[in-house]
Formats: sequence, C-alpha cells, structure tokens
Amino acid sequence: MSRTHVSTVINGEQTDFLCEPQQTLLDVLRDELNLTGSKEGCGSGDCGACSVILDGRLVCSCLMLAVEAEGHSIQTIEGLATGSKLHPVQQKFLEHAALQCGFCTPGLLVAAKALLDRNLNPTETEIRYWIAGNLCRCTGYDKVVRAIQDAAAEMRAEKRA
Amino acid sequence: MTFIEKKSGLKVVGTRPIRPDGVEKVTGRAAFGADMSMPGMVFGKVKRSPHAHAKILSIKTEKAQALKGVLAVATAEDFPNIPSEEAFMGEGPMNFRDLSRNCMARGKALYDGHAVAAVAATTEAIANAALDLIEVEYQVLPHVIDVEAAMAPDAPLLHDDLFTQGVEPKPTKPSNVAKRVHFELGDVKAGFREAEVVVEGTYATAPVHQAYIEPHACIANWNADGQSHVWTSSQGQFMVRAYCAKLLGMPIANLRVTPAEIGGGFGGKTLVYLEPVALVLSRKSGRPVKMVMSREEVFRGTGPTSGATVWVKLGARKDGRITAAETVLKYQAGAFPGSPIGPGCMTGFAMYDLKNVDITGYDVVSNRPKVAAYRAPGAPIASFAVESAMDELARKLGMDPIALREKNAAKDGTKAAYGPTFKDIGYVETLEAAKTHPHYKTKLGPNQGRGVASGFWFNIGGESSAAVHVAEDGTVAVVSSNPDIGGSRASMAMMAAEVLGIPVERCRPVVADTSSIGYSFMTGGSRVTFATGMATVQAAENVVEQLKKRAAMIWEISPDAVEWKDGKAYPAGPNAGNFEPLSLEAIAAKSGKTGGPIGHEISINAQGAGPGFGTHICDVEVDKETGHVTILRYTAVQDVGRAIHPSYVEGQIQGGVAQGVGWALNEEYVYDSKGRLENPGFLDYRVPVASDLPMIEAVMVEVPNPRHPFGARGVGEVPIVPPMAAVANAIRDAIGVRMMSLPMSPPKLRAAIDKAK
Repeated sequence: MSRTHVSTVINGEQTDFLCEPQQTLLDVLRDELNLTGSKEGCGSGDCGACSVILDGRLVCSCLMLAVEAEGHSIQTIEGLATGSKLHPVQQKFLEHAALQCGFCTPGLLVAAKALLDRNLNPTETEIRYWIAGNLCRCTGYDKVVRAIQDAAAEMRAEKRA
Repeated sequence: MTFIEKKSGLKVVGTRPIRPDGVEKVTGRAAFGADMSMPGMVFGKVKRSPHAHAKILSIKTEKAQALKGVLAVATAEDFPNIPSEEAFMGEGPMNFRDLSRNCMARGKALYDGHAVAAVAATTEAIANAALDLIEVEYQVLPHVIDVEAAMAPDAPLLHDDLFTQGVEPKPTKPSNVAKRVHFELGDVKAGFREAEVVVEGTYATAPVHQAYIEPHACIANWNADGQSHVWTSSQGQFMVRAYCAKLLGMPIANLRVTPAEIGGGFGGKTLVYLEPVALVLSRKSGRPVKMVMSREEVFRGTGPTSGATVWVKLGARKDGRITAAETVLKYQAGAFPGSPIGPGCMTGFAMYDLKNVDITGYDVVSNRPKVAAYRAPGAPIASFAVESAMDELARKLGMDPIALREKNAAKDGTKAAYGPTFKDIGYVETLEAAKTHPHYKTKLGPNQGRGVASGFWFNIGGESSAAVHVAEDGTVAVVSSNPDIGGSRASMAMMAAEVLGIPVERCRPVVADTSSIGYSFMTGGSRVTFATGMATVQAAENVVEQLKKRAAMIWEISPDAVEWKDGKAYPAGPNAGNFEPLSLEAIAAKSGKTGGPIGHEISINAQGAGPGFGTHICDVEVDKETGHVTILRYTAVQDVGRAIHPSYVEGQIQGGVAQGVGWALNEEYVYDSKGRLENPGFLDYRVPVASDLPMIEAVMVEVPNPRHPFGARGVGEVPIVPPMAAVANAIRDAIGVRMMSLPMSPPKLRAAIDKAK
C-alpha cells in the first residue's frame, strides 16, 4: 500500500510523516512518532483519552485520519509544558491529586488547556460540560474540576500581573 | 516491630505531598501497557466467538497461516490441557482449568466474545485480515443469559460435569448452579416470631463492567531457551507470572514480569487474558508479540461483575431492634463458576449486630463473560438489597434511617453472621459523623429526596515484600512489589520517610519487576497501603537499626546507646558520651568504611487488616417527565483507620461513589435474543461523565487499626458499597417510588412512575 506524505507542525516543531490512508492521527502519533502520551481508551471518540488540539480546536485524534492533519498545527500532551516548566493546569492536577491511575490524565489536561485558552473564568458547570467528553473512572471528577478551577484562578492572576 | 502510636507526632504521614510519579503522568511520559514496544515486535490479535454458546467442531488455520506477514496462529491445541485445580486467590475462588479455557476456548465457546484463536503478524492490519481467514465451524447450542433462567431445571447446560457443591445429597445430574453456600446464626424462625414489623422484597442488579479506561495490553518475549519476559498492565506482576506459568506449564523462574503503569483495574485486572496467548504466539513466531484489546473486546471478553437477584426479609420490634434477617442471593458467575457469592453473603448484614440470621447464596453459570473481581466483589449487590430493605423498615417503623442503623450497629465485640467477632471497628463513628453533618439537615425542594445507606468491606492483608536502600548521598530508594494503581508509590515513600525521619522528597519509590523484589500478592482487597505498607515500614525500621549501629561504630559506643530522631543519630543520654548528632547523609557517606551499603529487603505475610465501614448521604432530584435522576449532593463518610495521604484517600472515596452512581443509574449489559452483547462501547455502556455528578464530599473518620504501624486500614473498596441503595432510597424519598431493580435508568424509572400512578 502506498504511503502518503503529510506535513504538519506538532508541538511547535515541523513534523513530516508517511502514513497509510486508514491510519488515524492517534495511530501515527503513537506508533510512528512515538508520542505515546495520547492514549487509546475506546477508538470511537467516547472517552477523550486521545484528545489533542488542532489549530486551537479540541479534537479526538482517534476520530481523525492522519492524512487530514496535512498543513495543520497539532498540540499534544507532550507539548503542554514549556521545557521543564509545567503548564499551570498540569501543576494544579499534581497539587490537587486530580489523578489516580493517570491514564485519562493526558486527555483531560489537553481538554482543560483548550478550555482555559478560550475561557479563563469558567463556572463549575462549564468545566463539567467541557470535560464531559473525557471519561475518568478513578476520581469521580471532584479533584479534576477543582484543579481546573484553581489553574484558571492562577492564570487569571498571572494575566493581571 | 516498633509500635508507632503517636498521633500528633507524625511529620509525613497525614500530609499531602505531590506524588512522586506525578510529573511523568501529567506530561504523558508514564508508560502504560500499550505504550511499550520492542525491536522486532509483531502484533497479536484474538478471534472471538460470535455465538453465546456453541460447540467448536473444527478450526481451520491454513488460509490464515498462508497470508503474507502472518507468523503464527494459535488455538487451544497450543496450550496444555490442564486439569481442574481450584485455588483461592485472595478475594475469591478460581480454577486454573477454567482460566485456561477462558483465555482460549477448548471444545466449546461459552459466550459472545470468547477467544477461540489468535494470530501474530507483522502489522495489525495483517493480523486482523488473518483473523477473517481462520475458519471456525460451530454447532450453535441453546444459550441462557439470566440467572433465574439458568437455574431452571430445563435450562441449557454450560458444563456437563458441573454438579452443585454444598448440597446434600450430592446431585446426580449436572446443572448451572455451581455452588450453594449457607450461613446461619441463632434461630431465624424464632426471630421472625418475635418481630412486630416485617419487610420483604426481591431486588435485582445488572452486571456492570469495571470499565477501566485503559484496555488490556501486554508484550511477551519468549526466548529460544524458554526464558521469557512479559511487560503488562495488571494488578499484580506476580499474579501474571504465577498464572502464565501455571497455564503454560513453565517453571516460574523462567518468566519475568515487568509491571507497566496500570490505567485502572478495580479488580478487573486481577486475571490474565492476553498474556498467556502472547507468550504462545511469541514461542511459535520467535518474535516479541504485542497485544492490545479494543474497547469492544474489553466489554465482550473480560470480566464484568455479577448481575444478581437478592431476596431479603427483615423483622424488627417497634423500637427498631432487628430480631431476624434472612436473605437468598443468586449471583451470575458468567461462563465458569466463581461469582463473588461468598463475600456477597458475608457482607450484606455485616454492619449490623444481629442475633438471628439466615443467608443462602447460589453461584450460577450462564453464557456471559466470566466475572472478574470488581471493587468489594459481591458486597454492593447484597448491600443494594439489604440497605434498600433497611430504608423500608425505617419508613414502616417511622424511624430516622440513621437512628435505625445506630440501634442495630455492629460494634467492638459484635459477632458477625459470617463468623468473626469485630474488634476496633468504626461503624458507629461513621453514623455519628453522618448524622451531625450539615448535609443531613438541609431542606429539600419538590421532587427532591434524601437517601442514606451504609457499607462494609473486609479488607485483606497477605504476602508482601518491600525494600529500602540508602544511597551514598543519604537519599533513599523505596522498592514496592505492587503496581501503583492510585497513589501507592506516594504512600510507600511517605511511610518510609516517616520511619527514617527524613523529608519524603528524599525517598524515591519504584515498583519492581518479579525478578527484582520478593513475592507479593496482587494489588487488590484494599491491601497495599496496609500490607505492603507494613513491609515498607519494617524494612525502614531495619535500616534505622543499621544506621544506629553505624553511628555506634563511628562513635565507638554500644548501638544501644544510640537513638534515632528526625533523620539523625544521637547519643542516648549523657552516659552515652558527648557526640555531635550524625545525620543519615553523614552515615551514608561513610557506609563503605563501616560495613558496606545500608539497606534491607523484607517479605512478610501481613495479618490484621481492619475491616472498613462507610455511611453515605445522597440527595437527588427526579424529573418525573423523563425519569432522569440528578444527583444534587453527595456526602460519603468512611472510617479510614488513618489516612496516610489524605488526598488519595478522598480520591478513593470519590471514585468509588462515582462508580456506584453509574451502577445505580445507567450501567448494564444489554443482550439480544441470540445472546450477543449489544452495547460493547462507551457510547451505549454509559459510565458517569463529569456533568452527571456534583462535587463528592469525602468525610474521613479515623479509628486507627492497631495492627498497622500507623493505623491504616484499606479504603478503596468500601465506598462503592453504599451508593446504589443511597440513590434508590433518595428516589423513594423524592417521589414515593421504590426501585427494586438496577439500573434506575430513565426508561425504567419512568415506567415505575407510571405503574405507581
């Protein structure tokens, strides 16, 4: 089967890859590019563990063909921190113990980041509906929601400063 | 063992440090089962039965084997046909013959999704194509899905050699009833004669899946000399080693198992499914074989917990004292015997001090996936029935539901119907905390209601190993023998740091593979913080003794004249001599000259896990038009013994409640008329999402367990026990409708509302 050449920017770096037409973006991230932080929990867009940000928009990378990434910019969990400095939402997840097994965590963090990119002052209800596409079976979401609220508060304070 | 009983003197235990494995997990670097790869690796896939019950007449693999890129095809013929051998594995019975046949069907496929063959190929696409080329000839047999139908005399039989155990005389005909269990205390007939008020009902629960977000995944590498290595996500690397060695007839020493990070288990990863198959495919192909289940395979092929029917009858005097309690529980085991009927029977009434009790349980096979442990296996099912009946009893008596429970609560010295006499338990304390919580007094609006329910779980101890090694700069490696499923690295490091008297950041925990630490039973039964924690504490205590000896050697005094405090050796009193304290770092730096490296590994069999009790308060609002239930507020009180890391204890409680709410309101397996699972995905198998839940308040009551160095008792399982009845009781309170069957999903609740009109 012939492979297609795809040109993208992933986490700020120009990234080219060859893929087969049936490969999802998630397959390529994980299997071709070794970016295994994005997880496959269902392969059907129901669990959100594969969440990435595509040109500023939150998407399930398991629902997108890799060839569709041509010319687009993708941010994955591996690109959330700046060097060794964690994104505020990553830091708050740690401080609030918002993860137990940690498997859904990359997807939740990417989703939370996408929310905070557009709304630095979300209500609890807005947070709950925004992350309703990210299943977590360990935490009951309580500490996840609190961590996102706290990250938003810190980012608001940073913005004011 | 030093007994540490200084409540306020603890410096690390009870604090909330950032977990040591946290950064890896928020940056996506932690490697879970499917994140591993090996040079030369190929891909394994499983072919599964499309039939609920069928005889396998033949399996033709030639066409699959001929496909370019296919390196191996395996069927039951490639596994030893091992004889029946029962073992008790911590939380329930299991039989290695059944486990083998669950991994790969032999002769018969017993449920939709049962593995019948497997392939290894150079790509996943080729492996999938090869599955379609394997020709299985089936003779479809009549099937049976539900527990009552499976118990009927004319039901299709799954196993013609299954004779009900626990009945006299021994049956002459096989049936689907694997076992009958019976517990009694006092005289239940006399107790009901004494009763002034009686409630009775039959409750039903649906099978629900553990629904961990990470599908099962592993890599197996079988070398030409038979020495093998498996990397896998499981609840116990030693469990995987033992089960694979047993199923494949290989020496245990030839198998090394490295635990990957585990993406949730809840009991569902206490068995093997893929690992023995991957080993066989690796042996046949000569290549490392990676296998990852799809979500559909997880639902169709791996264990949910039992669905069940539970009849319960309670009798009480008008003052609320229960005079008699009787129950009959029928649990689905799935395709092979071994439902959690034993713990189900033992847990339902365990919260109460009862004089007259009669409990009968049945373990019943049917054409469903073999059940696996699920968080407090068996208890939530029994407790849904008993705690709903308790609510009905309180209503009939005109008593407050907490007051009724207080009147009958098990205390120290209460003899439980299943045998033991309780000691150092904190059930009453949970009731007191619930009663005085502000939540219990808030006003409710129209169509809103409040429910209360309690729950019990045994918690277990068992075999565990741990090691503590001091590095030459005085930092410390803490080696655990159990997969970290929700923060146990943090608690191990904290307990070691507490004993050593150093900041927790200087203790770095790892989870070792089977060749790098002594044996440990799996992560389950809420045992790790208790048992592996106890091993860690004992290893650290041994290290402290060594440090004192080294200090004594440096000072040239007797080790008895040295005391250890806050990470330093001090002369014990003026008679010992006048020396500057020696820090752990200073002693470590000289360890080469004072006898070599300082460290200790220990293997123990931890006894004395304290049982856990919880009491939950749930407020709901019912939309009578749609039957939808909104959880308005939830408070979960639990006796946690002593919280080592309170945030992760709260997390266990909150997570257990969320799973319980899913079990209560939405989750179920739906089968079509042919016995095929209709909802093997997260769209149709509806686990709670963030917008389904409110904040969940976890209230930790601390009644220390005197058998643990810091008073810890297991916390992970209790919180899933009360929610189903708490929600059902809240619905009853809101709209006057008693739901007898789970899930209380909108269509079922709407139908019940219509019926009640």
